[in-house]
Amino acid sequence: MKELSLNVLDIVENSVKAGATLIRILLEETEEILTLTVEDNGCGMREEILRGVIDPFYTTRTTRKVGLGIPLLKLAAEQTGGEVNITSRHESEYPDTHGTEVIARFFKQHIDFTPMGDIVSTIVTLIQGSPDIDFEFQHRSGATCAELDTRQLREVLGAEIPLNSPEILRWIAEYLHEQYQN
Amino acid sequence: MKSLAELAAIREKMKDKIAMREGGTDTRVVVGMATCGIAAGARPILNAFVEGVDKEGLSGQVIVSQTGCIGLCQYEPIVEVYVPGKEKVTYVKMTVEKAEKVLKEHIKGGKVVEEYTIAKNA
Repeated sequence: MKELSLNVLDIVENSVKAGATLIRILLEETEEILTLTVEDNGCGMREEILRGVIDPFYTTRTTRKVGLGIPLLKLAAEQTGGEVNITSRHESEYPDTHGTEVIARFFKQHIDFTPMGDIVSTIVTLIQGSPDIDFEFQHRSGATCAELDTRQLREVLGAEIPLNSPEILRWIAEYLHEQYQN
Repeated sequence: MKSLAELAAIREKMKDKIAMREGGTDTRVVVGMATCGIAAGARPILNAFVEGVDKEGLSGQVIVSQTGCIGLCQYEPIVEVYVPGKEKVTYVKMTVEKAEKVLKEHIKGGKVVEEYTIAKNA
């Protein structure tokens, strides 16, 4: 992936497929470290599936259940000296608190650190593709913070206006861009 | 500065339009957005269609949506166009420039851009 924001787009798609209704995307940056957290309330994974996600070559699958999304994120993190950790609670064992959490850590000063790229475009693309899912996005870097919570937007817009209307998507992009300029 | 109050104003403006959008058979533009598509550059192409449809005033008739991997990863970015009553058209190895041409000539003008189709590029 040419931009980390594309890895974000790709792995959040897993949360969408897991049937999540709320997905939190958190980016925290210091001078040296970028931490990405993606947390969802989807169906979660059993332990044997979780192992398969981390290692693309460990599989007993007959149909394809996981792809290269997590391995590519792992590569992007590990090539900077960082790592990816995944915890998951499958709905069969955790009927009330199921979901998955992916935490990736990157060392920003490393020569192989992939630049973040257009994260606003990633958020807009996610909302465009899944207008009924709630996304909570926060990007903290030093003193600046850009954030968006689709639940707030829904409160203002009501049920009749879908979040993926072009007018709303344009507003979301501008709303986020302005926060980065401050 | 954008505010939620401004969003409320947009909602008021949109209410009438939403009613108009109901019903009817729409043209569908489907962009492959699995790992393969994203890595090949599908995100700006999806956005080009979303913005282009809005700009050309086609919001009422054209739906832009995303799909997963259809097993032709080497041809990504892939865009499928479904016009009601017509056969599906699959465009491969798309770029933003190609997307703009497809939008103008095919989706707006009704003429398939043959040179970008999978039949011409396989």
